[in-house]
Amino acid sequence: MKHPPPSRYESVIGLEVHAQMRTRSKIFCGCPNQFGAVANSQICPVCAAFPGVLPVLNREAVNMAIKTGLAIHGQLRLFSEFSRKNYFYPDLPAGYQISQYELPIVEQGHLMIDSPTDKTSKRIGITRIHMEVDAGKSLHEGILGASWVDLNRTGTPLMEIVSEPDLRSSAEAGEYLKKLRAIVRYLEVCDGNMEEGSFRCDANVSVRLRGTTTLGTRCELKNLNSIRNVMRAIDYEVERQIELVEHGEQVVQESRLWNADLNSSRSMRGKEDAHDYRYFPEPDLPPLRITPERIEAVAQTMPELPEAKSVRFQTQYQLSAYDAGVLTSSRELADYFEAVAQHTADLGHPNPKAAANWVTVELCGRLNRDNREIQHTPIPAHRLGQLLAMIQRGTLSGKMAKEIFEILFTDGGDPEQIVRQQGLQQVTDQDAIVQVIEQVLDAHPEDVGLYLAGKTKVFGFLVGQIMKASQGKANPALVNQLLQSQLLKRG
Amino acid sequence: MELSRLSLAHAADLLRKRSLSSVELTRFFLTRIEQKNPELNAYITVDEEGALAAAQAADARLARGDGTPLTGLPLAVKDLFCTHGLRTTCASKMLHTFCPPYESTVTRRLKEAGAVLLGKTNMDEFAMGSSNETSFFGPARNPWNPARTPGGSSGGSAVAVAAGLCLAAIGTDTGGSIRQPAAMTGITGLKPTYGRISRFGMIAFASSLDQAGPMTRSVADAALLLQSMAGHDPLDSTSIDAVVPSYAEALTAHVQGLRIGIPAEYFAEGLTDAVRDAVERAITTFRALGAQCIPLSLPSTPYAIPTYYVIAPAEASSNLARYDGVRFGYRCENPKDLQDMYARSRAEGFGAEVKRRIMLGTYVLSSGYYDAYYRKAQKVRRLIADDFQTALAQVDLLLTPTTPETAFLIGEKNNDPVRMYLSDIFTINVNLAGLPAISLPCGFDANSLPIGLQLIGRPLQESTLLTAGQAFQQATDWHLRSPV
Repeated sequence: MKHPPPSRYESVIGLEVHAQMRTRSKIFCGCPNQFGAVANSQICPVCAAFPGVLPVLNREAVNMAIKTGLAIHGQLRLFSEFSRKNYFYPDLPAGYQISQYELPIVEQGHLMIDSPTDKTSKRIGITRIHMEVDAGKSLHEGILGASWVDLNRTGTPLMEIVSEPDLRSSAEAGEYLKKLRAIVRYLEVCDGNMEEGSFRCDANVSVRLRGTTTLGTRCELKNLNSIRNVMRAIDYEVERQIELVEHGEQVVQESRLWNADLNSSRSMRGKEDAHDYRYFPEPDLPPLRITPERIEAVAQTMPELPEAKSVRFQTQYQLSAYDAGVLTSSRELADYFEAVAQHTADLGHPNPKAAANWVTVELCGRLNRDNREIQHTPIPAHRLGQLLAMIQRGTLSGKMAKEIFEILFTDGGDPEQIVRQQGLQQVTDQDAIVQVIEQVLDAHPEDVGLYLAGKTKVFGFLVGQIMKASQGKANPALVNQLLQSQLLKRG
Repeated sequence: MELSRLSLAHAADLLRKRSLSSVELTRFFLTRIEQKNPELNAYITVDEEGALAAAQAADARLARGDGTPLTGLPLAVKDLFCTHGLRTTCASKMLHTFCPPYESTVTRRLKEAGAVLLGKTNMDEFAMGSSNETSFFGPARNPWNPARTPGGSSGGSAVAVAAGLCLAAIGTDTGGSIRQPAAMTGITGLKPTYGRISRFGMIAFASSLDQAGPMTRSVADAALLLQSMAGHDPLDSTSIDAVVPSYAEALTAHVQGLRIGIPAEYFAEGLTDAVRDAVERAITTFRALGAQCIPLSLPSTPYAIPTYYVIAPAEASSNLARYDGVRFGYRCENPKDLQDMYARSRAEGFGAEVKRRIMLGTYVLSSGYYDAYYRKAQKVRRLIADDFQTALAQVDLLLTPTTPETAFLIGEKNNDPVRMYLSDIFTINVNLAGLPAISLPCGFDANSLPIGLQLIGRPLQESTLLTAGQAFQQATDWHLRSPV
């Protein structure tokens, strides 16, 4: 990670995230809320804004917004309202977007992040979460001098999650996004997929001299389709603005389009800034009233969230904050870890720390190499649990376990069986080990002499020779113990 | 027997007794429309085929004995209710070929009850107007005097009812569009409480004000139609989820002891003598029937027109944004780019009054003007509603003239929008407050043009209006006068 040198300038960043909610139907009609279908096959007169049709608010979308609001410690408004944001665009069939404006459903929330810059825990304010409707898509390919419009996406429920300008570096922005994405995924309200646009982020960036409190002129960065791109675009923008200021020029408030290929952004100035959206309360929808009882009922359905889970992992499993953080970064990974830990415990060999290591280092490393997510791991948790129990039992050395792990990963199967088939069983027969030790000591009389003369450093060398002679199958603990006694015998 | 003046109950009775078939009755009206519509221009679209098919189905249903009070009755519907497969124009060039792939809740309920839809009636374009003159299809004409307007915007429905081109009709009322034409054509027009009837499939003008309602030749007919139209609709979140009472029962109640408020502000300048006299005679009638008539004041009345002409155009400017030439409706020829397509499709597809209101609405919602216009208008709207609430806490209903004057000449106010807007001065407040109101014929002026009175009730108290209206119509015969 690139850390810019401390400069006279401080960057001030706020993020606006649009999260598509995973409701069964669209926000204002009964059409299915799903992607990938043939263009304009998932639409009805409401989606296409035919004359006389009316919106009806999806209860499930409201519950998802409530859930998210609770998860970010927000204030839930019992009385919120929808407004119309008016502008003409072919993929906006009604000529207005229905969006919560003056009275959003959630206000004043926050997220705690571990700031990579300050190395401290930092509170990032969340100004508001409001519900709104997604637009369709304009397509410009395959037709000359015209465009296609696909309205399948029209009516997809969105939450816009707006942070305070509390972020001070691209790294903090990245952390915030990871945290937020983990939360919406835990809640199963959004799949968090930035590449496919179901979790979209715009960044508002300004710079100011360190120590000053007034905000500089901000620019809004758009088209940031991965966390990496969000961070790169912010870095680029901060440098661009500092450069302007250094040269005595003004930063112009504008929207800028990020180009990941060119690693730069360009101004979208012109028509964007000319918009006057003429917001006014949506007369087709009565104000949204929610009751404390409803909020309570939704709260009952809340899963354990990343932060709470991390704390629990640290106390229940004695994991480090770092390991607990990694394991709880996704609900699936946390569940997987707990299943492995549980399984080894069931087999009589509990060792959650080892389970954490194997999951975070071996398994995640291996999955990463294949570009796979934990959801698609080829090793079921109980098999990994079995493997760990075998190590605990002393049946397998760590080295042998890694070989079995690779076999499990590529071919699958039962670790016990693989060990038997491959003859990889660890040698725990004392006599057999003593025999190997004797051979090695006979072959290295000088080292034996050195050891006996007090140069105990050669002990390690001798262990290595013994392990090598046993082709790695000797139980290392036994080797240590027996070598000690055999050496003493020669003293 | 004069079929063209049949009441709904009488017609239903004849159909039930099989002394008349729905097909016969439907043919009678289709023939009559053919004769009279060229002059009166009440209908934009006549659905002969659909009407006869519905009539046949109704006759079969009646033969099976499972008809409803509306089965087989030929009705007319304002051309802004979407009818599946039947052209719905909103009297606009923008939609002159638009054929909805869905049915409005109002027409669906009527059809399910077995009613026969004769066709779609003329109106002001997008319901914006008070004279039916803004229609792309030309003005409907008042059967009492074809040189005069029938009022608007539900002018075609009013003409069809008054001239006997249907048994009854459905209109919509955003600022008086049912009551004002009802008054000007001598019929009964009921605007229910906002939310009493679903707006789904009703092409929106101003969403927070629009409300459908019956236009009939009697209060009894209005009660019957309201019964089948009213009720909550899951497709309209602003429709009220409240039990629909029996409106037929309301017709048998008495007005003895009913307290009727007479707001002074409605009898001020601008009111013609003929209208004042007729309404005052009506007050005498109500007194004679045992009602108490109590003078009172609605001080916010003068603010209604300016408030309405901020809120209604604001909503309209947004509601009409969907007519962009992209998915349905009129699209200009050979657009050179997207902006050109938007601009010319809308410039060519909308008429002058619609464009005037879109511009007005866009202006009042613009940043920098929103607080001064739209937000302030919402506050005044609240005051107006509070005024009514206070008044209606003292009395059961209010009685006012429906319009300040009788039907004016076609072309008379065409070029003076503000004068035209003043035609709704007594009806607009009621929409702003969301209250139910009914217009009843109560006399004629020296030119033999009908005069209407308006009764305004408490929220969801349509029954009280019907009770009072029925009593008045049993004591008078103004509603029985026919122009033809």
